[in-house]
Formats: sequence, structure tokens, C-alpha cells
Amino acid sequence: MADHATSSLPGDRGYLSEQGWRSWALTMDHKRIGVMYIWTTLGFFVVAGILALLLRLKLLVPGPALFSDHTYNVLFTMHGAMIIFLFIIPAIPSALGNFFIPLLIGCRDVAFPRLNLFSYWIFVAGILVTVGTLVAPMDTGWTFYTPYSTRTSAAVTSLSFGLFLIGMSSILTGLNFIVTIHTMRAPGMSWYRMPLFIWAMYATSVIQVLSTPVIGITFLLLAAERVFGIGIFDPAKGGDPLLFQHFFWFYSHPVVYVMILPAMGIVSEVVPVFARKPIFGYKAIAYSALAIAFIGFLVWGHHMFVSGMSTISGVIFSFLTFFVAVPTGIKIFNWIATLYKGSISFDSPMLYALSFIFLFIIGGLTGLFLGSLATDVHVHDTYFLVAHFHYTMMGGTVMGLFAGLHYWFPKMTGRMFNETWAKNAWWLVVAGFNITFFPMFILGMQGMPRRYAEYPAKYQPLNVVATVGSWFLALGVIIMFANFVRSLRNGEPAPDNPWRGLTLEWQTSSPPPEENFHEIPTVTDWPYGYGNRNEASRDH
Amino acid sequence: MTTNHDAHNGAPVSARLGIWAFLATELLLFGALFTAYAQFRITHAELFHQEHLKLNRMLGFLNTLVLLTSSLTIAVGIAAIRRGLQKVLKICLALTLALACGFLFIKYLEWSHDFHQGWFPRTNLFFGLYFMMTGLHGLHVIAGMALMVWLLIKAQRGAFSAEYSTPVEITGLYWHFVDIVWIYLFPLLYLIG
Repeated sequence: MADHATSSLPGDRGYLSEQGWRSWALTMDHKRIGVMYIWTTLGFFVVAGILALLLRLKLLVPGPALFSDHTYNVLFTMHGAMIIFLFIIPAIPSALGNFFIPLLIGCRDVAFPRLNLFSYWIFVAGILVTVGTLVAPMDTGWTFYTPYSTRTSAAVTSLSFGLFLIGMSSILTGLNFIVTIHTMRAPGMSWYRMPLFIWAMYATSVIQVLSTPVIGITFLLLAAERVFGIGIFDPAKGGDPLLFQHFFWFYSHPVVYVMILPAMGIVSEVVPVFARKPIFGYKAIAYSALAIAFIGFLVWGHHMFVSGMSTISGVIFSFLTFFVAVPTGIKIFNWIATLYKGSISFDSPMLYALSFIFLFIIGGLTGLFLGSLATDVHVHDTYFLVAHFHYTMMGGTVMGLFAGLHYWFPKMTGRMFNETWAKNAWWLVVAGFNITFFPMFILGMQGMPRRYAEYPAKYQPLNVVATVGSWFLALGVIIMFANFVRSLRNGEPAPDNPWRGLTLEWQTSSPPPEENFHEIPTVTDWPYGYGNRNEASRDH
Repeated sequence: MTTNHDAHNGAPVSARLGIWAFLATELLLFGALFTAYAQFRITHAELFHQEHLKLNRMLGFLNTLVLLTSSLTIAVGIAAIRRGLQKVLKICLALTLALACGFLFIKYLEWSHDFHQGWFPRTNLFFGLYFMMTGLHGLHVIAGMALMVWLLIKAQRGAFSAEYSTPVEITGLYWHFVDIVWIYLFPLLYLIG
């Protein structure tokens, strides 16, 4: 590797040629906007990750340590709010989605490039307002439940405004993608010739457009409650705090599919490439994304089983929750069927994709414990929930994101990363992740509640295990990012198609030219004809 | 920028699909408020009945007429520019803008009367929802007026023709949506409380 340690840039730098801050800040190129989202979201991944490490450090001991209980409340609120709103919701859709949707469907940009840039800047504006609330830090938890959130002295009002802006950015991005996918596919690319990442992004965008406005109005109502005292969440005025929870989860449940569906899309791309086999059950995977998006709108009540809800609605929400597991299962079986008898190579994107499948099965199945009325009463608001959520979001979405970052790094940057270090980092990330979060399932079953700064001494051993695990996880992530940063300058020049993929982004140069393709490709087949005569006919 | 990434802006199919998706978002934004209204009307039927009598039905009806007329004027404007009648478009846009101003003025009369009587958002649930719903709708009217001004400036420069009228058409769709929301707000708040 050291032989290639040169900062001179061989050949064409493609869309990266132009220099200077204006070429970034005012760009309408979806690729550059995608890159700006990557830096922004990963930045908050690091910040929120450091907060999580601090929380884990404090939980080494059962009693008071390090910082006050109030600070603990602030830290877990900031960790949750940042990781959800500033990292994991935009991380794959806005970042990788922006960069790769036009490349995968074979067009030169998204449908509304100017709107795309606007979306990025209102996202930044929302972040600035949100960060501004640090003067009176939030201590409500990322769920902002009333009536506490209407009474605390924390800066809930301005935070609501900041999150409203971020939501607007999310809506406009989703809208842009829906129109792009509908109207700008390359000649010959029928719906059933679209890569599965595109199907996943389409379902994601629909959720963004239809669910985000509800959290938007909820934040407005929360702010109006605090400023004008309109009282609709205030029981003293006849209002209903449960209505807030209904509104909140009407958005915040579907939005977990905004987080997970794009990651599933990435896995659907990576698995066939590295198994050298056509994807199994293409249509089943495509339609299951839409099914998840649809059913996902009808399950929000399962967050409120213990909040006070009639038995009959509890039963219905519980049933629908089981139902949403079906399309998820369909996807997992299809990925496994794709792997069956494949010529699998364990490159780093594939390792992360396989970890996604493994960890998401655990995360998904434990979700059914929480979706069942009786068991939920036992494990609700315990560390079982924390473990479940992190298995789906970190074990799922973040592994999918890492798979995507490794898979597409050569295309985005024109450089290869160091595969050995990528694998080393993967071992640490996956081992560290399981050491951190698996003990939480047991702690939750034993009854340890979440969000408490202190805990009885009997829970200490497993908490020590979890905290030590978080250090391995952090080390793995540091190595992975260091590998990326080093490779940006010093990596070997990437070939156009390092993984021998058949989707359109591999048919153009690495990095792609500013207009994506020198000539818009014509599509004659689906992109998954690996390992048989179809591949030979496509691989000209 | 060497290449024109803006080349696809204003393509009618994508613009139309975009505005419909945007209106779907708007529908859900107001949808939550209507949901809250439905819940509290059931749990506080007595209060809603009592309080809605305080609103001025005449002014509410007048405003419904004003807004419906403005929907007509913009529709005529769109029909006109499809035939290339730039002057008619300008007149129609100006009329729509004027009617929107009239709507807001009447709304201002109503609100100042309410405040004068000591009816504020914090007074009770009904007025909380009333101010929230009409306030959010009012903001949408203001946004629509900004769009009209923008269209008027463009029309003044002769930007629109029989071949190109996309911004007028999508603004028209938005304006009809604002109108429809009011058509629901008026009976729910003023008539059947």
C-alpha cells in the first residue's frame, strides 16, 4: 500500500474535479450533495457515539459516578435525538440515496436538483437550531412525551422548530426521489428491471412524504402548547397527553422503516454480487418493501400497550405488528436462498451485509416479544427494549450503512480502501456490538429499567460486560473511519468495477463524471444475472 | 457548474407528480389537526357546541365565498395561459392575490374581535384548536400569496405562454388545496360545532 502513498491524483477526478467551497455549498450535483450528507450525518454519528460511550462509562458502577443524574438524562436525550434525527434517518436515504439513485437508474441528476440543494441547507439550518438548544439542554428523552415536555425548563420550543426544519428536509428529499424514480429511469429500465435498492428507496420515500408531516404538526402543537397554552395535550384543560403519543408514534414507528428499508436495499445489492448468483425472489423482495411501508403505518399503537389503551385496540395493534414481520421474513429468506450454493467471497461489504442478516434476525425476532401484549408488559421500558432497538438499528441499519460505504467507496472516491484493515475493523465492530448489546437482553429480562442513572448492584456484572464491549465497538469504528480517511488520499486508484457488479453505477468511471454517464445507457435486462450465461452476455 | 443540472426543472410530468406528492404531505399535516378535532369534539361535545356559537358565521361564510372565488380566478388564469392569453393571466393572478388579501383581512377582523372579547388560544380546547387550525391555514394563504407575487413578476416579464405554464398550474393546484382545507374548516368550526 505504501508504494501508492501519493497525493497526486491519477487521471480524471470526475465530479470531484472542481475545487473550492462554493463548488460544494452551491452545487446542484446530487453526488456532491450526497457527499455533504455523508460528512454531516457521520459527524453526528461520532458525536452521538461519544455520548453513548460516556453513558456506558457511567454505568460501570451502580451508584453515582462521573456526572449528575440530570446530566445523565441530558446525555441520553442528546444521544437518542441526535442519532435518530441527525444520523440514522438521513444517513442512508439522504446520503447514499442521493448519490446512487440517479446512478442506479441511469440518469444525470435527481428530478429537482435545486430543491435537493435546498433540502440539504434546511437540514443544516435545522441542525443549527437544534444544537442551539444546548443552552438549555433537553432532558425529556428523544420521545418528548407530554406533559413533562410541556413543563420542563429545557428548550423544547426551539428544539421543536429545529426538528420541524429537519422534517421538512426529509419530506422534500423523499418527494424528489419519488419523482426521480417515476420519471427519470434510463431507456429500457422498466419497474422490474430496477435494482432492489431503488425499490427500497421508493418505499422509503413514500413513508417520508406521508409520515413526516404528522411529526411536523405534532412539534408545532407542542410548541403552541408551551407558548400559547392551547391545552390539547394538557389534562388540566381537558386535553389528552395520550394524543401526543399517538401522533408521535404515527410518525416514529413508520420512520423506523425509513431507517431500515434502505439498509435492506443495500443488502439486496451486495448479496448477489458477492455470492455471484442472481437474487432469489426479486419480485418478492421488491413488493415486500412496499408491504412493509404500508403495514408499517398501522402498527404504531404497540408503543403504547402500557400507556392506557383499550384491550381490543391492543389486540389489533399486536396482530398487525406480527403481520409486519411477514414481509421482513420474506426478505431474509430470499437473501439466504440467494446465498445457497453461491460462490461466496467474503469481502468487507459482504461481511457487513451478512452481519446485517444475522443481527437483524435477532433484532427482528426480539421485536415480536415486544409486540406481544403479555410479554411486553414484562419487558416494556427495560433494557430488553434497548437491546432490541440497537440490534435492529445498529445491527441492522448501521451494518447496512457500513456495507454500503465499503461497497460504494471505490465508486464515490475513485480509491480503494485497505481490505485487511477493513476486515480487522469488521471483527471488532461485530464482536464489540454483540458484547455491548447482548447482555442488555438478559438485563431487561431480569427487570433492569432503561433511562435510570443508577441501578441495583446485582445488575453490575453484565453492565461491566456491556461497557467493555462498547470500547471494542468504538475501536472498530475508529479503525474503519481511519481506513476510509487514509484511503481518500492514499488508496490505490479504484477500477470502474472492482466488485464485478452489473448495476449501472459500475458501468461508468470511478469517480463518475459530473454528468454521471458519458452516454445514457440503454437497459435490456435486470441487473442480477450473475454466475450464469446471462452474466456473460451482460459483461461485455 | 459546467453541466446544467437544472435542465429538468419545470418538466410538466415531474412537476405535477411533485406537487401531488407535496399535497399528500400537506393533507397529512392538516390531517393530524382534524384528528385532534374529532377526538375532542366527541369527548367535549357540550363545550364545542357552546363555543362555536361565539364565532361570526357571516364573516366565515363571506370568507368562504372570497376563497372560492379566488379558486375560480386562478382556474381562469390557467385556462387563459394555456391559450396564450398573457394579459388575462396577469389580471387573474392580480385578482386572486387581491381576494387572498381580502380573506386575510376578514380573518384579521375576526381574530381581533376574538382577542377583544378575551378569547385566546389558551381559553379552552375549542379556541385552542380554532386558532391552531385557522392559523395554520392562514400561513398557507400567505405562502400562496407569495407564490402569486412571484408568478406576477414572472408573468410581467412574459415568462409564460401556451407552451410553458407549469409554475402557474402547480400553484393553482396548491391554491385549490388551500381552498379545500377551508371548505372543511368552515362547517366544522362555524356551523356544526
